[in-house]
Amino acid sequence: MEHYNMSLHLKVWRQNNSRDKGHFENYKVDGISSEMSFLEMFDVLNERLITEGKEPIAFDHDCREGICGMCSMYINGKPHGPWKSNTVCQLHMRAYKDGDTIVVEPWRANAFPVIKDLMVDRSAFDRIVQAGGYISVNTGNAVDGNSLPIEKDKADASFAAAMCIGCGACVAACKNSSAMLFLSAKVAHLALLPQGEPERKKRVVSMVAQMDKEGFGACTNTGACEATCPKDISLSNIARLNQEYLIASLTADK
Amino acid sequence: MLIWNRAKILYIKKINWHLCLIFAAISSQPILTSMTWKQVFSSSIGRKLTMGLTGIFLITFLIVHMGINACMWAAVYFKDDHGEMFNKAANFMGSMVVIRIIEFGLFFFIFLHIIQGYMLTVYNRSKRAVGYAVDYGSKGSKWYSRSMGLLGTLILLFLIIHWLHFWIPSRFTGVEEVEYNGVKMHNMFALMQTTFQQLWVVILYVLGCISLGYHLAHGFQSAFKTIGVHNKRYQTMLTGLGYAFAIVVPFVFAMMPITMYLGWVK
Ligand code: HEM
Ligand code: SF4
Ligand code: FES
Repeated sequence: MEHYNMSLHLKVWRQNNSRDKGHFENYKVDGISSEMSFLEMFDVLNERLITEGKEPIAFDHDCREGICGMCSMYINGKPHGPWKSNTVCQLHMRAYKDGDTIVVEPWRANAFPVIKDLMVDRSAFDRIVQAGGYISVNTGNAVDGNSLPIEKDKADASFAAAMCIGCGACVAACKNSSAMLFLSAKVAHLALLPQGEPERKKRVVSMVAQMDKEGFGACTNTGACEATCPKDISLSNIARLNQEYLIASLTADK
Repeated sequence: MLIWNRAKILYIKKINWHLCLIFAAISSQPILTSMTWKQVFSSSIGRKLTMGLTGIFLITFLIVHMGINACMWAAVYFKDDHGEMFNKAANFMGSMVVIRIIEFGLFFFIFLHIIQGYMLTVYNRSKRAVGYAVDYGSKGSKWYSRSMGLLGTLILLFLIIHWLHFWIPSRFTGVEEVEYNGVKMHNMFALMQTTFQQLWVVILYVLGCISLGYHLAHGFQSAFKTIGVHNKRYQTMLTGLGYAFAIVVPFVFAMMPITMYLGWVK
């Protein structure tokens, strides 16, 4: 693709801390290369703000290669920007043309309070995983991999669910701020494997309880999450989660 | 191999997470689940379960209701019917003890569906105190899947008028009678004919049917996902069936006032 430079109008959410009301701030950025990533564009802007003696814009990022799940920007009404199956860090400026206006907001959900500017606190996800997203592993020698036969199809389905990077875009996209796609990925990837069997029922029940406690909404199967998920986590995982939950509650001891 | 390497990168990046989870597992509580029904039905999944189960019940009710009402078109084919088959079918439904008991269940489930529907809508709305400046809109979901509360409200408004038109008279305030072979029964057919003389009523019924169609276009397949049908083959099948149901059933219902108004059914 042809390389080009562009000038852009940015409308960025600025907020000092979780108690601050926050507001949009307008910025004009020039000389942005079509080869840059979206985050690099923010780096350019932040460099300028720093030399001007102003507060740079806070945003989350880590790997910048689409695998850690830290980056989180809601761009022109879509989490992670316009490209499908993509994270913001892998969004490149060739998605835009000279003179475009881009509105950038943080994830919005009560369960994800804004820490500063575009950074939100996603520790609710960690607590959900802590509530049951683990398996029992006894101490001792590592077992031989071949002693636990797993069907290829199941391994693949489990792996597809395990692709979830916990970014929270599904929550940001959902009109109910529901974390069901995330949770269903975490539950499904273990429920499909023999290693996940011992805590299977307990896991789904505690993780759902924790999700509700954190203040996420209930799923209504609109599919907005699946459409925005950078890792293409399938909506059918949610139906699987529902089944896991139903079976666990129907077969509970008391 | 490539995909396996990606997996390893993914896991190594998350190693801290997973390590602490393994420690958590060692000190975890007993495996056996204890769970009260209250816990189940007050959880986010349980709330949806109530919607899905009552929704599926309402879907089966619609099939029965449509079948009975379709008897009105017997009057088109048999010159001397004049609504006899329809009246008999309606009378049969109204006079059977079993059906009257099911009717209680029907009302219970309808109200459960409506109340839980509104509670769910409010619950979900409350989860995002600060909204977005630019809405995600229809980029990732269908408008009707996001408007189930609104569509339900339109159906409810229609239902209230529908009950006033037919259910209240037949149960309480009385309907003109007709006699077939010595058996007296309500002439519901005549009541329909007079009700559907007014154009505004016909328009209202058609709008009610359209709302129902969109409600079902999302609701039908969603209900099955809610009760845990995750197999792709059944999901595809149910989505197709759901769209067909959402088009055919409201269409058949809408044709009832329309054909009456146009005078095709006498
Ligand atoms: C009378 C007023 C009604 C109201 C206020 C209402 C409201 C709602 C609401 C808020 C939902 C949840 C939205 C969602 O899950 O996405 C829902 C779901 C549903 N409704 Fe209704 N509804 C009404 C009538 C009906 C009727 C008459 C039927 C069928 C004959 C029906 C069938 C369904 C189905 C199948 C679902 C999907 C359940 C699920 O996703 O698990 N509803 N309704
Ligand atoms: S399911 Fe997708 S959108 Fe949701 S947290 Fe996981 S990777 Fe992100
Ligand atoms: S920064 Fe790691 S996924 Fe974007």
